[in-house]
Amino acid sequence: MTLTSVGKGISDFLRAGGPPKADGPPAGGFRQAMSWLHTWVGLTLGWVLFFIFLTGTVGYFDTEIDRWMQPELPQAQIGLDSTDTAEVLLDRLRVEAPGADRWFLTLPAGRHQPYPGIFWQGASIKAGASATSGELPVNGNTGEPFVARDTGGGQWLYQMHWRLHYLSRTQADIIVGFATMFMLVALITGIIVHKKIFRDFFTFRPGKGQRSWLDAHNVLSVVALPFHLMITYSGLIFMGFSYMPLIVAAHYGVDDEARQQFISEVFDPPGLVAPTGESAPLVPLDDLIAVAEERWGEHRIRSIDIRHPGDSNARIIFYENIERRVSSGGERLMFDGVSGKLLHRVPPATSAAKGARDLFVGLHEGLFAPPVLRWLFFFSGLLGSGMIATGLVLWAVKRRQRMEKTHSLPHLGLRLVEKLNVGTVVGLPIGIAAYFWANRLLPVASVGRADWEVNLMFLAWLMMLVHAACRPNHRAWIEQLAIAGFAFGSLPLLNLLTTDRHLWHSLAVNDWVFVGFDLTVLTVGLMSGWAAWRVWQKRPLIDAGGISIKQGKSAQQLPGEQL
Amino acid sequence: MGLTGSRLASLVAAALVGGYALATAVGIFFGGVLPMSRGEAALVGNLLSFAAYVGAVIWTFVVRRPVRVWLGLIIPSCVLTAGGLLLAGRVA
Repeated sequence: MTLTSVGKGISDFLRAGGPPKADGPPAGGFRQAMSWLHTWVGLTLGWVLFFIFLTGTVGYFDTEIDRWMQPELPQAQIGLDSTDTAEVLLDRLRVEAPGADRWFLTLPAGRHQPYPGIFWQGASIKAGASATSGELPVNGNTGEPFVARDTGGGQWLYQMHWRLHYLSRTQADIIVGFATMFMLVALITGIIVHKKIFRDFFTFRPGKGQRSWLDAHNVLSVVALPFHLMITYSGLIFMGFSYMPLIVAAHYGVDDEARQQFISEVFDPPGLVAPTGESAPLVPLDDLIAVAEERWGEHRIRSIDIRHPGDSNARIIFYENIERRVSSGGERLMFDGVSGKLLHRVPPATSAAKGARDLFVGLHEGLFAPPVLRWLFFFSGLLGSGMIATGLVLWAVKRRQRMEKTHSLPHLGLRLVEKLNVGTVVGLPIGIAAYFWANRLLPVASVGRADWEVNLMFLAWLMMLVHAACRPNHRAWIEQLAIAGFAFGSLPLLNLLTTDRHLWHSLAVNDWVFVGFDLTVLTVGLMSGWAAWRVWQKRPLIDAGGISIKQGKSAQQLPGEQL
Repeated sequence: MGLTGSRLASLVAAALVGGYALATAVGIFFGGVLPMSRGEAALVGNLLSFAAYVGAVIWTFVVRRPVRVWLGLIIPSCVLTAGGLLLAGRVA
């Protein structure tokens, strides 16, 4: 390797995509290269991406699902008086967590915090704490902890999209990190490959096999392209410090302490101090709440964070509710925990860089989104899941048509992809339905109940993968779509039989969370049933495999798109 | 595309590992040279590193020549890392 070729490499790097030299790789232009990359980067982790997209999408209704999965809880307690609620929570903390380093009071500020709650760290068991650290939802009216069935609820369902549930954090980070990166590469190469982005937006040719799948893939991708790009890049940024730890390490050092130093420099409010060890009574919260509500408005305190309660160096941080901001950070007020003096007012973004990160993270989480926008987020997520699903199906349909034309047998890879497609694109939703079924059918008192809800979700999915492997491909689609139709469509009935909060009751008492859940799963069920019927209608004369391919109607290969 | 066997494996490894190295290096470089506080600069470097990663992966499969790709990723990675650390005075 000579210096000149190194130089050539670097100059090629700068030109990024010049024509290959005489001794270069096999023929094939820039677009072919991008098309190839798009195909394989999309296929390799496609099913993982579908899982991430779908469970993440469901997560836009995480607290609504939480509430459906704990039907024992009353309707949301949003709008309770802040002073009274804080009093009630503080009393509960004194009982549950004496001697703690940190008391955290969650006020019922909105949809993402429908009930009051407490959280604590570093409590003293000797002094009578129920646990060193813990978390409890508390009834704001009575001050008693809520008692409801043990469930992971919408939180576990939505956390799966980056924790993958059964894996360690490190394993999940690696898999989700690479999958997200692959998604981003697939999006960028997809845009590059895609010449006529606007014309194709209005192009859909149904019933033409491969061509139709390509059209569907294009429409689903283009219609929510800004969302797809945003959600993917912000997903990377969200976990950025885990995925790219060496950047911070290079400037701070590799140990945990160095990392904490970075986090406190960038994210912690200024003015946190170590405890002195001298005890001093905690200032009553009433006056501080009045100051915060004066500034932000009534019911706009999200939480109250008390550091070193009972110490002479106690600090109390008030967090503003974030429902009016896109960015994930709200304003914070820091008070002296003994004198009650306002020490700092920390703006939402302490720097432009943090502001940019908060904006991305805020967009990703969508906590700010009021109902209409929340549904738009949800549908965009579904479009993204559909984009991945159609891409995966397109890969298989294309190869099966080519295979049928040459009368050759499907190779192992094609058959594997076809099975994984049915078993995941329909099988995973069936798993999610099983999660809801398990929530209603597992005995309320059973041990490890929450874990078993999830186990049953994954077992149902596994069963669908096995089913897909055993059945002819076309039959598998019909049968699984029918199962999904039943599993989702009958959830409102299951809810009627197992709780007293059925649809009519929910409508009568304006419980829109329960109404919304029941109607949404009913719609999903009906649509799955309809899809099953459509695929059944289009079943090929000979049950050979690929879905919705009509005999003798295979689309022709398009120039520039041989993948 | 005629990419098979060891060539393909080498390119995939270059895209994943070499791309990761370049992305980290770009982050370290920005973290070292941007005229803002250390934490902020490191955060900006972190935000931008993923764009560099995508660029590196795409570039790898445009060039499609393993040796050239590896050099094109590793040399800038070393230069950017060293540059970022030196200019920020992190190494003596």
